[in-house]
Amino acid sequence: MFKLVRFLKGYKKECIIGPLFKFLEACFELVVPLVMAGIIDIGIKHKDTGYICKMGALMVFLGLLGLICSLTAQYFAAKASMGFGTALRRALFRHVSNLSYSELDEIGTPSLITRLTGDINQAQSGVNLILRLFLRSPFIVVGAIVMAFFVDVKLALIFLLATPAIGAVIYFVMSGSIPYYKRIQAFLDKVSLLTRENLAGVRVIRAFSKQEKEIESFQNTCDDLKNEQIIVGRITTLLNPLTYVVVNAAVIAIIWGGGFQVNIGDLKQGEVIALVNYMSQILLALVALANLIVVFTKASACAVRINEVFEIFPSVSEKDSPCSAVSGSERVSFNDVCFAYKGAKEEVLSNISFSVPAGSTIGVIGGTGSGKTTLMNLLARFYDATKGEVLIDGVNVKNLSFAYLRKKIGIVPQKAVLFKGSIRDNMRWGKKEASDEEIEQALKIAQCWDFVFSKPEGLDAKVDQGGKNLSGGQRQRLTIARALVGRPEILILDDSASALDFATDARLRRALEKETQGMTVFLISQRVSTLRNTDFIVVLDDGKVVGIGRHEDLFENCPVYREICLSQMEEKEAKQ
Amino acid sequence: MKKNNLLKRLLSFTRPYLGYLFLSLFFASISVSLTLYAPVLTGRAIDHVVGKGQVDFNALKVILLQLALIVAATSFSQWLMGLFTNKVTYFSVRDIRTKAFERLQRVPLRFIDSNARGDILSRVVVDAEQVADGLLMGFTQLFSGIVTILGTIGFMLVINVKITLLVVFVTPLSLFVADFIAKRTFNLFKIQSETRGEMTALIEETVGHMKVVKAFGYERESYEKFEEINQRLEICGIKALFFSSITNPCTRFVNGVVYTLVGIVGAFSVVNGFLTVGQLSCFLSYANQYTKPFNEISGVIAELQSALASAKRLFEVIDAQPETPDPSDSVVLTRTDGSVELSHVSFSYVPEIKLIEDLNLSVKAGQKIAIVGKTGCGKTTLINLLMRFYDIDKGKIIVSGYDVRNLTRNSLRASFGMVLQDTWLKAGTIRDNIAYGKPDASEYEIVSAAISAHADGFIRRMPEGYDTYLTEDGANLSQGQKQLLCIARAMLSLPSMLILDEATSSIDTRTEIHVQKAFDEMMRGRTSFVVAHRLSTIRQADLILVMENGRIIEQGKHEELLLRKGFYAQLYNSQFDV
Repeated sequence: MFKLVRFLKGYKKECIIGPLFKFLEACFELVVPLVMAGIIDIGIKHKDTGYICKMGALMVFLGLLGLICSLTAQYFAAKASMGFGTALRRALFRHVSNLSYSELDEIGTPSLITRLTGDINQAQSGVNLILRLFLRSPFIVVGAIVMAFFVDVKLALIFLLATPAIGAVIYFVMSGSIPYYKRIQAFLDKVSLLTRENLAGVRVIRAFSKQEKEIESFQNTCDDLKNEQIIVGRITTLLNPLTYVVVNAAVIAIIWGGGFQVNIGDLKQGEVIALVNYMSQILLALVALANLIVVFTKASACAVRINEVFEIFPSVSEKDSPCSAVSGSERVSFNDVCFAYKGAKEEVLSNISFSVPAGSTIGVIGGTGSGKTTLMNLLARFYDATKGEVLIDGVNVKNLSFAYLRKKIGIVPQKAVLFKGSIRDNMRWGKKEASDEEIEQALKIAQCWDFVFSKPEGLDAKVDQGGKNLSGGQRQRLTIARALVGRPEILILDDSASALDFATDARLRRALEKETQGMTVFLISQRVSTLRNTDFIVVLDDGKVVGIGRHEDLFENCPVYREICLSQMEEKEAKQ
Repeated sequence: MKKNNLLKRLLSFTRPYLGYLFLSLFFASISVSLTLYAPVLTGRAIDHVVGKGQVDFNALKVILLQLALIVAATSFSQWLMGLFTNKVTYFSVRDIRTKAFERLQRVPLRFIDSNARGDILSRVVVDAEQVADGLLMGFTQLFSGIVTILGTIGFMLVINVKITLLVVFVTPLSLFVADFIAKRTFNLFKIQSETRGEMTALIEETVGHMKVVKAFGYERESYEKFEEINQRLEICGIKALFFSSITNPCTRFVNGVVYTLVGIVGAFSVVNGFLTVGQLSCFLSYANQYTKPFNEISGVIAELQSALASAKRLFEVIDAQPETPDPSDSVVLTRTDGSVELSHVSFSYVPEIKLIEDLNLSVKAGQKIAIVGKTGCGKTTLINLLMRFYDIDKGKIIVSGYDVRNLTRNSLRASFGMVLQDTWLKAGTIRDNIAYGKPDASEYEIVSAAISAHADGFIRRMPEGYDTYLTEDGANLSQGQKQLLCIARAMLSLPSMLILDEATSSIDTRTEIHVQKAFDEMMRGRTSFVVAHRLSTIRQADLILVMENGRIIEQGKHEELLLRKGFYAQLYNSQFDV
């Protein structure tokens, strides 16, 4: 939790004013029993009604001051804690945006999402409570003890015994329950996993008629959660009864001891009442403190999870002084490139070497898991090669700025993802300030023209979250258009036509060929027909290049390629 | 839903636990009344401590012993009360949550397709938690608060009527204050809750697809969108938090005033001899105790506000219209002859945009039906209708001679094996995933299914083979591997009809050939519907349906369609025409 304190930086003023005013309020509150003791010991004893009224007015005045202080404190605490939450959320979001693929794989997006939402909310309420109440309780406890000494030193010793005893009770209850909270959190995570999973897999679940089974397993998880909660509840509910016992034992001791003091004339009746009042104030303060500790523990657990994310640094980072490209060299070259995913023993790509001249179209083919997508991820520098180098225009991609790389390379990822907003908004991902003409042109090339403009809203047509209101094929074509809007010099199409029918695919390829003159295009596909007319084809098998060349040569000389061809077409078609 | 009804709904979930509820209330009453009795004893004790040489130690001893006993009994019943309250709360929240989840399994797909997943998720997870907190805090506290108030009035009346009346009439002021604030905060909480939902949806989208965001260097723009909501959240958060947190100080102030009044009036009474000092001290602690529940109640109300706002969102899920239940006389489809007939079927997702209109199709048992057409022509929709994920607007679908509306959904769906383009796997072992449709499958069956789906090879290469644990949605597998597992899953529970929706789009063709063979084997004698873009895989189909704009524009066998030189021929030839 304390590591997150830096997010309160802009709220120094609030963080001081809040507790300060709480402190003042506590002071006013502590004076009240003494005033009351005065009423009893002076006012009543001497039948001085004027004194009684004067003291009464003083008490109301103290209460009013307390109210003002408290409101001030609450306001500043709300401001600081919300500011804290906002700043923390902002920083975490930014941090997550800076992580590279490798770290995203490692933490997993679902977990990141919980940390950004639930965990931050918890941490935020933790801060609010600390500012509002955490400091108030110690003020009251210490203040009440001081006041007790003020009244009677001997009886104040009872306070010195009782307070640590209450503290010990609180400590044992807390430390006994903390381990359970971690387990409760784990069950809560599972509840949210199951919910998410069932929303995503609703079709499959219903197809297999597994609704009842899913409900059952959800029920079991909720049951486990409930059981843990009840166990921890057994411990935490001990808190109030035990403290009540300690405090009342102290009260009995005060009255008994007070009896002796009063009997010898060292103490007055009203003062005994004041001491009893101070004792109950201490109890109230400590119980409030204990309840806060529960919230605080939860918040700390969340803070730990948040910090875990902050402690992960992007493995792929920009050079301090990125350089720009050198002209005259090959557009793209792979020099003896190897790559293994973090933590994996085996390489996904080994010793890849080939070069691509500017303006050519390259096909990359290979079976599932042969490393096609990984190869392109290295080119776009989503991961860094573990060995060897990837060059664009003769410069290692590690020396290029991210902005330059993103502008230079347009990517159509395998999974067609669109974002909530209008079609225009989505298209502008490729180029922030793209004009409608540019967008329209890209849409035409990507064969989206007909369906986008059959919509009455045209470019303003709404895209739902995840593009759910569009078909798979439409989404895929839109992602192609999105990449084309920026007119990148290098275009990567990663199996981007898989959801398209052949006619659309063929039209798309023709349009691309015509419109991407000068663009270096990487076509990743499993369809030979998509690739056969490219300038050359790289055949990948199990992370190794097993053939490079034109379709005809490969068909004759590369057994893997030949096999792929024959799985898709008749021999005579392949030879055509 | 009105706030009161909402509360009633919420309380109705505690009905199965009425026993615990009563026990909890019972012990609450005991602990409250004993707590109230303690000040009387304290007051009496103080009356024996009058001044120098005026202390009656014998009487004091008896009273203090009584006090000790009362304290012990109080704390014991407090503890029991806490235990039973926990039971009621956690059991009820479990039930609410399960109910919401259950409803999600029963709502039409339309509900899930048209709501942001992040939003539904946050209702089931976060809002339910909020309800738990609100209930836990609210429940017994509200009750013991009320008992305390009533009990205090009773005890006070016994001692002194005048001061009692004073306390009773002035204190409700704090209730007014609390209520005034609570009314205003309810809306603020609602806004906060909604803004949070917006935030969750955005984070789900952006962080969920962070890789795409990065691929386009769109971090800045998505950050700006995020920041806009973030700032709104801050503003409405401060308001909600501040206004809810002023309740306490305000009521505390009112209480302070009451305390003072009791002190003054009490002091006058003592001066005039109507009251002893001990009784005044007792009154003072009552004034505290009497106002404390008002404080607590207002705290509880603030917490309840937020719990209610959450409960409302939760009930929106629980109250979502479920699929029309299977009629009681619906038939369980046990044996299918494999025939499927669609007559005059019309369907659209949105009434304004017509999709499928007057579709007719007759499929004989064992036929292989291929569906081709441009994207968006209604192929996937057709599958949604066959599986009854969506209900048709007009016409009839007849399976094995039964109108599907007269069949139980489960038995209808069980008669289809389905592999979709959108691969979905559960978090769990590979074995569990393959056996998903048939949990009692033997090891032999599982491995055979994997072998037929050509998944056995890569599964064995995984570190723990069939016991390899897949993280959520199979994130540790490639798209193609996921699809092979989906196929294996379908292979295992051999149904009488098959639906393959672009089932092999991400598998390389060398593997696909094998899978295709396995599929052919499996499809022998079974009716199957195949949506495929690779025309090579459907050449042997018994019937090819060419769809456009929700209508079948051509149908027939491959050769016939080629001869017709229509849309299909064009489509088919285009794959060679580059």
